[in-house]
Amino acid sequence: MTETIRKRPPRRKTQERLVQAVLFFCAAVSVFTTLGIVGVLLFETIEFFREVPLWSFLTDTQWTPLFSDKHFGILPLACGTFLTAAIAIAVAMPVGLLTAVFLSEYAGDRLRGTVKPVLEILAGIPTVVYGYFALLFVTPLLQRFIPGMAGFNALSPGIVMGIMIIPMISSLSEDAMYAVPQNLREAAQALGASRLQTAFGVVVPSAFSGIAASFLLAVSRAIGETMIVAIAAGQQPRLTLDPTHPVETMTAYIVQVSLGDTPTGTIEYKTIFAVGMALFLATLVLNLLSHGLRERFSEKYG
Amino acid sequence: MTPATVETQEELTQAFAIQGLNSWYGSFHALKGVSMTIPEKRVTAIIGPSGCGKSTLIRCLNRINDLIPGFRVEGQIAFKGQNLYDPALDPIQVRLQIGMVFQKPNPFPKSIYDNVAFGPRLCGEKDRSKLDAIVEESLRKAALWGEVKEKLKQSALALSGGQQQRLCIARTLAVGPEVLLLDEPCSALDPIATAKIEELLMDLKKSYTVVLVTHNMQQAARASDYTGFMLLGELVEFALTAKIFTNPTNSRTEAYITGRFG
Repeated sequence: MTETIRKRPPRRKTQERLVQAVLFFCAAVSVFTTLGIVGVLLFETIEFFREVPLWSFLTDTQWTPLFSDKHFGILPLACGTFLTAAIAIAVAMPVGLLTAVFLSEYAGDRLRGTVKPVLEILAGIPTVVYGYFALLFVTPLLQRFIPGMAGFNALSPGIVMGIMIIPMISSLSEDAMYAVPQNLREAAQALGASRLQTAFGVVVPSAFSGIAASFLLAVSRAIGETMIVAIAAGQQPRLTLDPTHPVETMTAYIVQVSLGDTPTGTIEYKTIFAVGMALFLATLVLNLLSHGLRERFSEKYG
Repeated sequence: MTPATVETQEELTQAFAIQGLNSWYGSFHALKGVSMTIPEKRVTAIIGPSGCGKSTLIRCLNRINDLIPGFRVEGQIAFKGQNLYDPALDPIQVRLQIGMVFQKPNPFPKSIYDNVAFGPRLCGEKDRSKLDAIVEESLRKAALWGEVKEKLKQSALALSGGQQQRLCIARTLAVGPEVLLLDEPCSALDPIATAKIEELLMDLKKSYTVVLVTHNMQQAARASDYTGFMLLGELVEFALTAKIFTNPTNSRTEAYITGRFG
């Protein structure tokens, strides 16, 4: 009897197992690294809260762990983070959304094909460049219009951070709007809607969950942004909502301590883990919310 | 080719007079010299195999094809004596007069009420009681009021396919058009929902001019007064529905309706 289908060569099975093992190892490295980071963060945070009660961490209005009179209230740092992020979103949200509307509803295919990649280059500029841009260009410019504004302030890095996250909002929102079925636009236009009315009356509401997801992701990015605020916002933890004053964000504080010569194991050292944990939780919640919204959006039109 | 004319015993007012209509998508010649007259307050069906240009034809009637990049049209369409493609005309006003319902039910992801009120609101109607009246009247005309009056605030996406399509009809009626264009309105619906829409058309033609594109010949036979048969961008024959389906003049029409192709 002749065999038409050849038998499997004996070595192949071991080869395939080996390949599978290597691939699994590569995947496992990133998962375990993440778990390791969260583990260290958690461990040091628990250590921190052995010395500082959670209540004073959350309610004390001063943050002075590097001074002799130590206070561990996260509020000034959270306030600085909130202020710069809010300014960034105030800049990025309208500009990003309008850019997305333009690209999705007005621009032709060729223009969209050119503008979108160019916008995404904005996202590729190193943030340290944005930081110096804020400190050396935007701040002096703003000082001409706002007399008495400090050289380090929340406004300038907030605005620059907003510019940085515009592409994120416009690109993700545009994806969401572009995915709105064409027949909804036709329905609106058949009812006598103009292009503008179609865009804001039908397309934007229909893509709402996708657009909201892009906003949340942008907020999360703004909260986690480090370099711009470390360079241009100053390093003075101050409980204020006045954008002309220097502030310190959570991220900038972590930079400040990490770059200094704080000995391992001291309370100053542990503070950065507690702050890091707060930051991690905030961005995690935002990212999860954003993810959930995007799932809901793709359920509707997927 | 010679313009198709309707042999008819009744005196009818013309809604549309189409003369030598040609249209292109880019370089694709979609309509080739279509001429026909569509009577007022009757159901006119356009049948033909996929890609014959029947959808293109009715999409020319409310200028919704203007929105497609690369679309071009030549020839004349007069609506009650007025040239629809007159550059001085506002296409938005055209669409308010000549409403359209699409193949796939496409309610907005809003409430039932907001779907119907969408058009009137665009026209600037803000008065709540007037809007309420328009919504109720439109839903009644579309034979949907009884089924949805208790849940006007609910999402339109929760309705069944057939209900959604009737909602789309109601939404179109709400802006007060004279003409209703329906582009294969039942192709995504089951037979029961289809029967309801057809029944509705019988009722609507008392007050509206209806143009129905369908690839379902039985539907054209059941629901229309006049039928045009299109093939490869040309209007092959246009006549009373009864005549098209019993005694067509053109051999290609006969071949199509007897199922020899298409």
